[in-house]
Amino acid sequence: MNEDDVDRINRNRRHFLTVATITTGVVGAGLAAFPFLASLKPSARAQALGAPVEVAVGSLQPGEMVRVLWRGKLVFVLRRSATMLERLGEGLDQLRDPDSAETSQQPVYAANATRSVRPEFLVVEGSCTHLGCAPLEDFDLRPAENWHGGFFCPCHGSKFDLAGRVYKGVPAPTNLRIPPYRFVRDDLILIGQDTGAA
Amino acid sequence: MAKVEAEIGKPQGGFMQWIDDRFPWTATMKYHVTEYYASKNFNFWYVFGVLAMVVLVMQLVTGIFLTMNYKPSAAEAFASVEYIMRDVEWGWLIRYMHSTGASFFFIIVYLHMFRAMLYGSYKKPRELIWLIGMLIFFVLMAEAFAGYLLPWGQMSYWGAQVIISLFGAIPGIGEALVEIIRGDYSISDITLNRFFALHVIALPLALVGLVFVHIVALHEVGSNNPDGIEIKDHKGPDGIPLDGVAFHPYHTTKDLVAIIIFLIIFSFVMFFAPEMGGYFLEHANFEPANLKATPEHIAPVWYFTPFYAILRAVPDKLWGFILFGSSVLLPVFLPWLDRARVKSIRYRGWIYKTALIVFVVSFLVLGWLGTQPASGTYVLAARIFSVIYFAFFLLMPYYTTVDKTKPVPDRVV
Repeated sequence: MNEDDVDRINRNRRHFLTVATITTGVVGAGLAAFPFLASLKPSARAQALGAPVEVAVGSLQPGEMVRVLWRGKLVFVLRRSATMLERLGEGLDQLRDPDSAETSQQPVYAANATRSVRPEFLVVEGSCTHLGCAPLEDFDLRPAENWHGGFFCPCHGSKFDLAGRVYKGVPAPTNLRIPPYRFVRDDLILIGQDTGAA
Repeated sequence: MAKVEAEIGKPQGGFMQWIDDRFPWTATMKYHVTEYYASKNFNFWYVFGVLAMVVLVMQLVTGIFLTMNYKPSAAEAFASVEYIMRDVEWGWLIRYMHSTGASFFFIIVYLHMFRAMLYGSYKKPRELIWLIGMLIFFVLMAEAFAGYLLPWGQMSYWGAQVIISLFGAIPGIGEALVEIIRGDYSISDITLNRFFALHVIALPLALVGLVFVHIVALHEVGSNNPDGIEIKDHKGPDGIPLDGVAFHPYHTTKDLVAIIIFLIIFSFVMFFAPEMGGYFLEHANFEPANLKATPEHIAPVWYFTPFYAILRAVPDKLWGFILFGSSVLLPVFLPWLDRARVKSIRYRGWIYKTALIVFVVSFLVLGWLGTQPASGTYVLAARIFSVIYFAFFLLMPYYTTVDKTKPVPDRVV
């Protein structure tokens, strides 16, 4: 390349072509990456397996609890006794969110004093809101230890009451999540769906 | 020796000549092996790089053979591991070699990193080697974590549940990120399948590539030594560092002794204590994953426990995640946190020596605390030692500046 050639270089045009090529390449790479990233999301089958589950609660005695899986997640169904329900009103000042003000943790119809559709039945996800361990049920009253009965997470020591409400001073930030559910009949709960047909 | 220089890449005739005309085999061997000069005063602490390579190869080979019989599905994974242990000829040996290898990989890597802290190997001009090394460490952690899910035991499942949930603490994107990592609404067959892909393809590939880059960077600047003296500052007329000896045969011979001793210790553990009392293989993992019940006591494998203890020391989800993340990331900044003029501990003052001892103690105690239940005194102890852990790094710019150092000799004695 001699000096005449150097003078004839259109630098603006070169610059434009460089920028245009890079931009096209980056956009292309971004578009090409999309299918790969999208493939990481829950697949159609995973979503289908997230179908609602039915739980027959007719034979459940007061104070008894069953563990079921919905979307691979553990869900507790507890039939609370009359004394358990009484205890829900006590010691509210020790709870972080006694009124269920955090809207992401329950459907609107469960944002009440018992966090349930029917006060007797607690339907709650058995997944600690700290790091996802399954809390253990411990319904005994031990006033000496300041324990009013509820759920205790063995992993990092988070505590929840009989409505899945989190105590203050534990690592879990929020109340246990209430899944969407409804009563199909008096003795049949459908977890994962709150409207429409069963 | 000048003759040797002229010969690089130009062997005389024959098959090797044919190869060298097409691929720089002889030149590469000379540059990285027979004419790579490292200081003559290497001690015990300088064997762990080579040992890490030995374990890496062992993990790759045993991993390939395990893959031939393992089934990455939630329904079959646990049974296929038991099948390897009971029905595959020598399957137990291959599997125990792999599981014991994982723990030894971390023992070696931690000692290798400690060596760098002893002799200031991360300091200028070796900052990039340290950064690549930290990247290797992170990939290794991911590799070990993904691998631990594969047997689909109780601890596989609930350990993964806890660690993946950690990312849920990130404000805003946390929940979505967790769903993308799992590929499902909970840890499932889908999660297992993708962790398998990461464990056997993506991460090992990254690991091997990074190790290659780590060594290329090391051979560019040259190895540090226990005196922290730059041997390249004093070269003979032939251009060879006066205090250096060729990697092969001098260092390789010594490394071979270390490899043999290592293999003896490794074999002892593998044959007589592959579970290492529940530290290398946790007892709860001999039960298949039960989605309805978390084990009473949950702890990660020992090599993650120091960081896990820091996580548990914080009674807040987001801050726990932030401090946990920082405790893992902080060593990355060592080359810039350390302001001392000398590299080696041999010429440093009492402050750094004390700080390093206190740091090692806090790291070990945190590691032990991470295996214990999170109650009362343990949490308090974890908080105290977490503070010490962070103080070691955060106060380093100060105490390495005021620390009185001794003059470093010009030459390796």
